[in-house]
Amino acid sequence: MTAHGASVGEDVEVESPRLDLLRRFIAGDLAELRVVMALAVIWAIFYIQEPRFLSSVNLSNLVLQMTAVGLVSIGVVLVLLLGEIDLSVGAVSGLCAAIMAVLNVKHGWSPYLAIGASVLAGTAIGLFQGTVFTRFAVPSFVVTLAGLLAWPGAHLEILGETGTVNLNDPKILGLTGTFYSDTVGWIFGLAAIAIYAVLALLGRQRRLQQGLSAPQLGLLVMRIGLVTVAVLVAIWVLNDDRGLPLAALILVGFCLLFFYITTRTRFGRHIFAVGGNAEAARRAGIKVTRVRVIVFMLASTMAAIGGIMFASRLLAVNQSSGAGDFLLLAIAGPVIAGTSLFGGRGSVWHALLGALVIQSISNGMDLLGYSSPVKFMVTGGVLLLAVVIDAIARRQRQAAGRV
Amino acid sequence: MNDSGNTPVLSLKGVSKSFGPVEALSDVDFEVNPAEVVALVGDNGAGKSTLVKTIAGIHPADSGTISFEGEEVTIHGPTDAVKLGIATVYQDLALCDNLDVVENLFLGREESGDGPAAVVGQLDEVGMEKQTGELLQNLAVTITDVRAEVGTMSGGQRQQVAIARSLLGDPKLVMLDEPTAALGVRQTAQVLALIKRLKEHGHAVLVISHNLADVFEVADRIYVLRLGRKAGDFTADQTNQEQVVGAITGAKGNGGGR
Repeated sequence: MTAHGASVGEDVEVESPRLDLLRRFIAGDLAELRVVMALAVIWAIFYIQEPRFLSSVNLSNLVLQMTAVGLVSIGVVLVLLLGEIDLSVGAVSGLCAAIMAVLNVKHGWSPYLAIGASVLAGTAIGLFQGTVFTRFAVPSFVVTLAGLLAWPGAHLEILGETGTVNLNDPKILGLTGTFYSDTVGWIFGLAAIAIYAVLALLGRQRRLQQGLSAPQLGLLVMRIGLVTVAVLVAIWVLNDDRGLPLAALILVGFCLLFFYITTRTRFGRHIFAVGGNAEAARRAGIKVTRVRVIVFMLASTMAAIGGIMFASRLLAVNQSSGAGDFLLLAIAGPVIAGTSLFGGRGSVWHALLGALVIQSISNGMDLLGYSSPVKFMVTGGVLLLAVVIDAIARRQRQAAGRV
Repeated sequence: MNDSGNTPVLSLKGVSKSFGPVEALSDVDFEVNPAEVVALVGDNGAGKSTLVKTIAGIHPADSGTISFEGEEVTIHGPTDAVKLGIATVYQDLALCDNLDVVENLFLGREESGDGPAAVVGQLDEVGMEKQTGELLQNLAVTITDVRAEVGTMSGGQRQQVAIARSLLGDPKLVMLDEPTAALGVRQTAQVLALIKRLKEHGHAVLVISHNLADVFEVADRIYVLRLGRKAGDFTADQTNQEQVVGAITGAKGNGGGR
């Protein structure tokens, strides 16, 4: 017999802080930092070869280019958090854009109604796919693959014989064509910084009052400082060109909304739980089926919104809207930024960060005059690298896990 | 023992359960008293898990009566058992590795603030973290960071998290299925110490275990099942391993074949 209970020791691994930081860096806890550094390298390379890459005009274009794919990626992140995949987002974005265009241009619906109907169509598609997925336990991969094949058919049918619908409604075109004046831009920027700082400090205050551990004030101030610099530089660059675009506000706004939902609400917690261990979630009383269906609805809804923004920027909807590499870029972005394909790990901000990385590569190579084949191969290489890093990080976590 | 005169927390009389032609439990009488640790032992297929699942409502009994705190009750499903105050920790623990201790503890019953926060389901992280800290401290559970992911923790810590989670609703009876299986010596000691503290806090505990050393370490009473029937009911400090093993294997017993 051993002396049970005599010495209940602690299972704390002793590790030097620096080693710990290195391990976390590799194991993916600091995935964002890794991606930001990769982005810095990418920007530096393009800047050295073509200084115009970091001009305010080009950076403004970059923001506009990444809006549509970033919005779609937000929905993809939610699905990836469940450990599922939605291959239909590209097709759905094209179909919903076509619905909006036809209703507005051919049937004379007001832009608001046309957009509303298009978004609702996206939600309905998600409801359908999510229901088939949960009800018949068909892998989401297959359900949405069917969608990937079927929805473009509906898309062509709706567009009719002409094949292209040119948009002319100022409200719809304004979604990506509106730029705010310098003053409005600064006000937005400063307000965002102020709100962020106040919330961060209040949150710390509240934890301290309850006697919980709180981040060091110095660290917090440093974080607020970093956010301040980032926001001010962004506003300054955008103001130097045409001003703060409405499209950027829409993208950041949706990111904020879904960041709040995923990290601060019960529903968001349930998404992570289902993605981490669906059986445990079910036994804890979480309605797993409901969570899954809602997430697929949100993904298709965001696909529709992304499709509308894409159409607005293109000034038209045609037969290839939402086709081509749009789907793959929307999925590749979050994965490159560190959202796991295995479920339960990721952040809505990865949609924005990933879109920024992918669009930077695409934009830079366009600027340098590379051909499409090279672009595809480089983007594919970056994705492959990111997925390999994700897999390594997962193995590292498992190795570091159960002692 | 301190339970003389108290009504048992849980009392089973003549409980039987069959799966088709297989009689997993036949005519089982079984009791757990307040603040008592009862170990449920028996060979593979003796009906230990079936008995726990019957009480937990996963496999409702075919016949017999179940009383909880002196009142006859019917347990048709897991929610019935939980409502009565019966918590069960299964062997696979059912934790989400990607969530931290606080998140796992409150999984499925997250708390939100008042007013608008309640409407949108905004989480009261501070409140939940505070309660987690208090609960773990109360149980003297050795987890340094309640915001660390459960997946990075040792088997013993995970088991302790799972047990702590079962205590959130302040249950009368806690049932543990093989809590020390696959644990090392030190981690086993931690979990056994935790079981003793549950008893000190007034919870009745039912432990399934294969390890008789562990059983004698924590149990007040040892209940032996053999082929779905009661094969012995021993007071831990008035018996020894040989007697219990005898009852398990059918060599001899003090209550078998009743």
